Amino acid sequence: MADPILTLSGITKTFPGVVALDKVSFDVRPGEVHALVGENGAGKSTLMKVLAGLYHPDAGEIIYQGQPVQIDNPLAAREKGILLIHQELSLSPELSVAENIYLGAWPTNALGVLNKRKLRRDAQAALDAMGCSFGPDDRVGTLSVAMQQMVEIARSQAFSANVVIFDEPTASLTDTEKDQLFTTIRGLQRQGVGIVYISHKMDEIFELTDRITVLRDGQVQGTVTTRETDATAVTRMMIGRTLEAYFHKADSTFGEEVLRVDGLSLQGQFEDVSFSVRQGEVLGFYGLVGAGRSEVVETLFGVRKADRGTLQWQGAEIPLPTPRQAIDLGMALVPESRKEQGLVLMMGGMENTTLPHLASYARSTVMDRGKERATFDEYKDALSIKTTGPDQPVSTLSGGNQQKFVLAKWLCAGPKLIILDEPTRGIDVGSKSAIHTLIAKLAEQGLAVIVISSEMPEVLGVSHRVLAMAEGRLVGEFEGDAMTEENLIDAVSHHLARPAAE
Amino acid sequence: MQTEMKAFLRRHGLLAGFGLFLISVALSADAFLTPGNIFDVLRQVSITGVMAVGVTFVVITGRLDLSVGSLLTLLTVIVVDQHNTSGPAMAILITLAAGIGVGMFNGVLVGLVGLNALIVTLAMLSFLQGLVLFYSGGSNVNVQNAQTTWFAVFGRHDLFGVPVPALIFLVTAVIAAFVLNRTIFGRQVFAVGGNETASRFSGIASRWTVFWAYALSGLTTAIAAVIMGSRVMGAQNTIGQGYELTVLAGVILGGTSLLGGSGSIWRTVLGITMLGFIQNGLLLLGFPYYVQWLVTWAVIILAVWIDLGAKRGRILA
Repeated sequence: MADPILTLSGITKTFPGVVALDKVSFDVRPGEVHALVGENGAGKSTLMKVLAGLYHPDAGEIIYQGQPVQIDNPLAAREKGILLIHQELSLSPELSVAENIYLGAWPTNALGVLNKRKLRRDAQAALDAMGCSFGPDDRVGTLSVAMQQMVEIARSQAFSANVVIFDEPTASLTDTEKDQLFTTIRGLQRQGVGIVYISHKMDEIFELTDRITVLRDGQVQGTVTTRETDATAVTRMMIGRTLEAYFHKADSTFGEEVLRVDGLSLQGQFEDVSFSVRQGEVLGFYGLVGAGRSEVVETLFGVRKADRGTLQWQGAEIPLPTPRQAIDLGMALVPESRKEQGLVLMMGGMENTTLPHLASYARSTVMDRGKERATFDEYKDALSIKTTGPDQPVSTLSGGNQQKFVLAKWLCAGPKLIILDEPTRGIDVGSKSAIHTLIAKLAEQGLAVIVISSEMPEVLGVSHRVLAMAEGRLVGEFEGDAMTEENLIDAVSHHLARPAAE
Repeated sequence: MQTEMKAFLRRHGLLAGFGLFLISVALSADAFLTPGNIFDVLRQVSITGVMAVGVTFVVITGRLDLSVGSLLTLLTVIVVDQHNTSGPAMAILITLAAGIGVGMFNGVLVGLVGLNALIVTLAMLSFLQGLVLFYSGGSNVNVQNAQTTWFAVFGRHDLFGVPVPALIFLVTAVIAAFVLNRTIFGRQVFAVGGNETASRFSGIASRWTVFWAYALSGLTTAIAAVIMGSRVMGAQNTIGQGYELTVLAGVILGGTSLLGGSGSIWRTVLGITMLGFIQNGLLLLGFPYYVQWLVTWAVIILAVWIDLGAKRGRILA
């Protein structure tokens, strides 16, 4: 077996109050794909940032190509041949593909003027090596997410990378794009590049990787050979317990109808959407990204203004609400994007939690911090949120803990209807399972719950009834035995395949 | 050690530099640290300070108010002119109403309609300067019974040995700090500046929050105009020229971020007071009065630079 190209030994990194990495040892061999898995907050991102030179470890050694090295910053890492492909891509949309590939290292002539010909030629070579369909002069902003990712990966050719680190690379890719990505990764592998692959998705890990290292609470739980293990064993290492059943369906009795929607339409987004949801019921919304599911619930919640449609709330017809009115009625919306729509990142957990209900936490107009604190403490414990205090900015928390504050913010006022838009996107298995259990618990307490998800097993696993959406229309409703993956796929694909003139 | 030093400088660097400046001026100009001079500075600072308190709200929502310079001119002309025709009490009421009115007008355009704050308030700066000349017909106005009117109390008198305008500044700041830190509105201001989309998803009427922030900025400028009118007992057509940048410099020197979502009234009080002492110190050191414009420039650039640096630092850390 080849010697490792990169070895970390005893890497320790502490932040105030937290040991993020505790004597972590890890190595990558040339030509292998090494998975790095762990729950949110396990230390994956910190480890990755150490490798990319964004963090400097407090203790431990990095040995690269047989020599101890110090990695000062991302540019230095890249020059050494260590390349990080971020989850959120780091490209300039207004610049060309070639300019992006060589960002920060543009070739210049003796006068310091950009050598465009060399830039184009080198970029073309890198793209050719990857088999990319676009050219060096294309503007990055016009490319799809998958193509943009290829531009980032092309840097591995341009800088002759020996180690490439992928952070959740498939998060926003379609299945076809994912297959292309895997082909590219295997190509890098054949060139002898060592690959670190960070992901939550077990199927991808088992399809792609040679070895798996599991991190938990900043410590390495073990490194295993992929062929010799299975998903259950890896999950057990990640969370320290086995997830018996991934999904727990609420065992609830349905009560009164909470919300009925009739003929809701918004030009260019969705058309003639009608459905209802009862107390204790979990209603699933399945559809591909862009089907209009988020737009429908944002309209119900008043963030968007509908063109047509009526609402009945607890049996009485009401005008389409503003967000304020929706909250006061007892609606809660856990939005799709927690960083953009869910949280004020600079604020602490406490202020985020009470933000939708300021009037209930105030005497006349003056905020009652004692009351706010009590709610914060209650939900910190109830949802076991890891934070150092009520004022720690939520920007510094892990994704799973951020999402828990979004939930706290909507649960603390005791809603009658809670809408969860992709509640488990981008969070780890353990938190996912906790959220599924929470959904069931809420329904059992008599809340009406609407869950939007693009993950079919999830939507089928947690819901009592599922609505399928495609191109802004409801294309099917399934209950009981009819709730199968096949039926959902049929409904959506049938609609998409129908002739446009119909 | 080096990083600790950097962190200290980032947090307290401006304050430390200011301390050094004070000491060096005090050593070379005997008049600097006398009670008379300090009170003079406080008198001067109270006008920009009161304005800056209101502008702080606007800046925390992530927006700007550059119209306050011309607004100060207009309102000072109004308060002096109305003093002669309607009497001091009525003059003050009219001035406050006019200030709030202009603030609301900015608030409608920026908050409710959603136009760009920089452009709207810069245009308003120009519009109000024009309006001043329409109102005054181009001539300066003066209070006719300057020696006898009780209107003099706001700008010229002392209470318990402290200049009244400094007390007005203090009271305005205390009330504003309470509103910003303790009330629902204050929380909404921070939320809208921090993340406007998330605020809307939380049921906050972000447009109206912005609207009221501008109204407040108009109100505090009106209070400043009352002090100014009382102090000068008259108003030239350019009396508030350039104040918008001095005010902005004070706000950001205090450390309120131009990117919105963070800041405080006390930082603004500190920032504007520091600026006042710097300008006074330079005058005492023998620099011509117009050096203050250069100082304003340097302060704005430096403060914005440090603000950006801190933001970048946070992203990387």
